[in-house]
Amino acid sequence: MFGQLVVSGLAVGACYALIAIAMVIIYKTSEVLNFAQGEMAMISTFIAFTLLETHQVPFPYALALTFLFAILLAVFFELVFLRQAKDPTVLGLIIITLGFEMVLMGFVGWKWGPDQRALPFPVSNIEAYNFYGLIISKINFWTLIVSLVLMFILFLFFRYTKLGIAMRATQQNQLAARVMGIRTKWIFSFTWALSSMVGAVAGMLIAALGVLDPPMMMDPLLKGFASGVLGGMTSLPGAALGGALLGVIENLFGGYVSLSFKSVVAFAIIVLMLCIKPSGLLAKHYVKKV
Amino acid sequence: MDIKRNYYEDIELFKSNTILVWSILFLIFLAILPLFIQKYHPLGLSLYIVNLITVHAIVAIGLNILVGFTGQISMGHAGFFALGAFTTVILILRWSFPLWIALPIAGFVSSAFGFILGLPALRLKGPYLAIATLGFGMTITTIIKHMEFFGGRMGLQAPKLELFGTPMKDIHYYYVIMIIAVLMTIGAVKLIKTRVGRAFIAIRDSDIAAEAMGVNLTYYKTLAFAVSAFYAGIGGGLYAFILGFINPESFHLIMSITFLAMVVVGGLGSVMGPICGATLMTFLDIKLQAIQDISLIGPALVTFSQKYMSIAGISNIAVIVYGLIMILIVLFEPLGIFGFWIRTKRYWKTWPF
Repeated sequence: MFGQLVVSGLAVGACYALIAIAMVIIYKTSEVLNFAQGEMAMISTFIAFTLLETHQVPFPYALALTFLFAILLAVFFELVFLRQAKDPTVLGLIIITLGFEMVLMGFVGWKWGPDQRALPFPVSNIEAYNFYGLIISKINFWTLIVSLVLMFILFLFFRYTKLGIAMRATQQNQLAARVMGIRTKWIFSFTWALSSMVGAVAGMLIAALGVLDPPMMMDPLLKGFASGVLGGMTSLPGAALGGALLGVIENLFGGYVSLSFKSVVAFAIIVLMLCIKPSGLLAKHYVKKV
Repeated sequence: MDIKRNYYEDIELFKSNTILVWSILFLIFLAILPLFIQKYHPLGLSLYIVNLITVHAIVAIGLNILVGFTGQISMGHAGFFALGAFTTVILILRWSFPLWIALPIAGFVSSAFGFILGLPALRLKGPYLAIATLGFGMTITTIIKHMEFFGGRMGLQAPKLELFGTPMKDIHYYYVIMIIAVLMTIGAVKLIKTRVGRAFIAIRDSDIAAEAMGVNLTYYKTLAFAVSAFYAGIGGGLYAFILGFINPESFHLIMSITFLAMVVVGGLGSVMGPICGATLMTFLDIKLQAIQDISLIGPALVTFSQKYMSIAGISNIAVIVYGLIMILIVLFEPLGIFGFWIRTKRYWKTWPF
């Protein structure tokens, strides 16, 4: 029972972790909290759905096209809306991302209607593997694998590639980065594109685990925030750890305490964490000068 | 031009006789409005829509005390709204309280929760506060949904109220709601002009400076949350009777965002702004929900939807327009409708220069 709950919790947690990572990538670089993250992932997933179901595109090509769409969407938003705001306040930025969220949600609702659909995914969500008595459904197993691989690639990217290092430099000190010849504006667009791609993967996995409909990302969005807060909004490994922890804690709570109040856990974790250690588990605390 | 000579001039409700006269005219207009609307239905308005606008205006004024004056962000006002609605209905249904007692109790229950939410908010700023309040709003509706006491998933039927032995109709609700709304507007205007309001504004501009000046941050920040939640609670209680039926599904995240949008579109840091914002956004929402009925644009959009989009989701155009308005307001007129009004006024004052 316990092991079972932990394993399935980890698989769901991996999806939360991906959303949290997508948010953290943006928050770290530009201090924008992206409330449109969920809906950006959702519209990408719907594009994948249309390609797979309506146009019968083979899966790898559909994946590539979805990524392309995710990149274009994010860069469009960054260029057309976010960059136009002249010295915006925190509230202003939040309102812009919220507005974009509503535009996307309305668009998806208009285009695809409110029906629930199933994303045709190459891995079945009925069959299961059996590891020495631990039963794990195929979809959970592959979700875990895909997320781990993606996290590892992101780690390598930020550690060893020139672009990744340039992004880290921009995070730390924008002015100094610009002096060193980094085009920070490009870096911002690129950050959004990268985050949108990670979000699209998360969206597809969540749709494959459950159903595909316009409000599907509402709950995972809150869970993503909770994971980010748990691990630290400025730390990528923190977000990954936070997601995994949240998934497991939530599942254990659902298994042993109460299933119907499972989604309260995320909020409780947010509040507790913000009261005890606002910077999160893995992020360094820093105090801003006045 | 208008120099304040003593403290009492600063805190008085009407700055000049012109404003006093216009306010009285506006109140008379509000008093005869329902008769006019019932007879002619201008712009397709009905008393139901006007009532809805008024309730939204109450919530928006309250939210603006928090967002516009104190500088804290709340994305969980649908939670307070739901608390107010459910408390009122349950008090009247289960224990048959009269409305005039149940409503203030609902307000205070809601403000108690606001106070509790305000406590962690003391340590949080900007984005983190947004996350915490977002979580609060979503959690409250989840809890309500899973408790049988609140009617569970099915929701509750608001009881029929009686006034002097006759059942209340829309027009009676209109006067009740409007009187409460006017009182609460005056309350908000007064609050901002007093010591408390000035403390709020000081916290918004710089909380560290405010603390150094002797403003008790703990007290005033939680107070701002409590006051704001009180307005939302009262609004929620009235909302239950306009709709006649409440279920937890309707108090979702989009509702919180809508309230925030009303405040931002109307104008942060003013009392009249949110009222304008609530009027505009509610009216637009109602009109756009039934966009296919609008002449000229409607049929064109229906054919367009049939060809490229889905006809079932045509009401989602309202959400798109909402989102676009929010973005454009922040980009081009950060002070909202109120900022536009101030600019127009200034232009005519100094005309022709």
